[in-house]
Amino acid sequence: MEKLEILIVGTNKPIMETIARLIDRDEKWLATIAISLLDAKAICLQRGFGLILIGAGIENDEVEQLRNYLTENALKIPIVKHYGGGSGLLFAEIYQGLEAF
Amino acid sequence: MAQTVLHKANTRGVADHGWLKSYQSFSFAGYYNPERVNFGALRVLNDDIVTGGMGFGEHPHDNMEIISIPLEGNLQHKDSMGNTATIKAGEIQVMSAGTGIYHSEYNADAENPAKFLQIWLFPNKRNVTPRYDQILLNDADKRNEFVQILSPNADDAGVWIYQDAWFNLGKFNADVTKTYNLNKKGDGVYVFVLKGQVEVNGQLLDTRDGFGIWDTDNFDVKAITDAEFLLMEVPMEF
Repeated sequence: MEKLEILIVGTNKPIMETIARLIDRDEKWLATIAISLLDAKAICLQRGFGLILIGAGIENDEVEQLRNYLTENALKIPIVKHYGGGSGLLFAEIYQGLEAF
Repeated sequence: MAQTVLHKANTRGVADHGWLKSYQSFSFAGYYNPERVNFGALRVLNDDIVTGGMGFGEHPHDNMEIISIPLEGNLQHKDSMGNTATIKAGEIQVMSAGTGIYHSEYNADAENPAKFLQIWLFPNKRNVTPRYDQILLNDADKRNEFVQILSPNADDAGVWIYQDAWFNLGKFNADVTKTYNLNKKGDGVYVFVLKGQVEVNGQLLDTRDGFGIWDTDNFDVKAITDAEFLLMEVPMEF
C-alpha cells in the first residue's frame, strides 16, 4: 500500500519529532520534517507529498512564499496550519486538509 | 435572527484510557466528527476525569490558548518554563503555547479522581512567546450574576489570552433569569451546563449539554433548577 507522505514544517524540532511520531503510527501515513522554509522548498521538489502541515515558528508570509513556490513548480499540495503541537487536533487537521483539497 | 446549535451531553465523543475518561464536545485525538470540529475559535472542550495519582505525562503544545478549569480535586502542574503549581476547584489556569511548551498535569490526590474542563481556543496570533498563569477566582461563588473569568485584556477580570474571547461562570438559583450581552459584534457564545437545568433562547439544557448561539447581540439565560454553567464568548470568524 502506498503511504500518504506528509511534510511537517516548523522550527521547534522536538515538537516536530513528536508530531512525526504520531503521524507515523498510522500505517497509511509517512511523515518528513523540514525545520525551515528553505528546507521545505528543497524537499518538496524531491518527494511526492500529499499534504503539508505548518507548525510553530513559520510565519504567515513564509506560508505564502511556500504556497507561491508550489504554484510556480506546478505542485498541487494542500497546506494546513497545525495547532496544538500534539495529537489533540492533528488527525482532524489531516482529514480536513485532505477532504477540502 | 439568532442561529443556534445544540450538542446534547450524550452525543459527545468519549475516550476511556482507564486512568482518564474524557467527554469531548468537539473532535479530539481519536474522536473525529466533521460536523463537530469547532464553534468559532473554540476548538476543544473536554470534560475530563483523571484517576487518583494518575495524569498527563510531559507532552508538548504549540500555537493554542489552553485553559483548564478544575471542577473537583487538585491538579499538579509542571512545565518547561519552570512553573510548578497545584490548581484546584475555584481556580483557572491558562497557557499560551505559542512557539512551544512542554507540560505535565497529574491528579495531586492519590485516592480521589480529579475532574476538570480542558478548553482550547485558536489564538489570534501565532508564534507568541509561551506564557503560563493561574488565578484564584475570588467571585466564583457569587450567585445570580455572570462572573467573568477570562478576557483578552490583562487589566480586566480573570485571566487573559491571545484571543478576543470572554468567559463567564454562572451559579443561578432556580427561576433566576439574566440577559447576557455580547461584548463584540460577530461573536458567538457556547453555553456549557455544569450542573442543573437552564433555558437559553427557549432551548432547555440539561447537565453537560452544550449550546451555541450567534448572530445576536444578547440572549436570556434562565435557571430552571439551581444551576451552574459556563458561557464562552468567542469570535465566529478569526
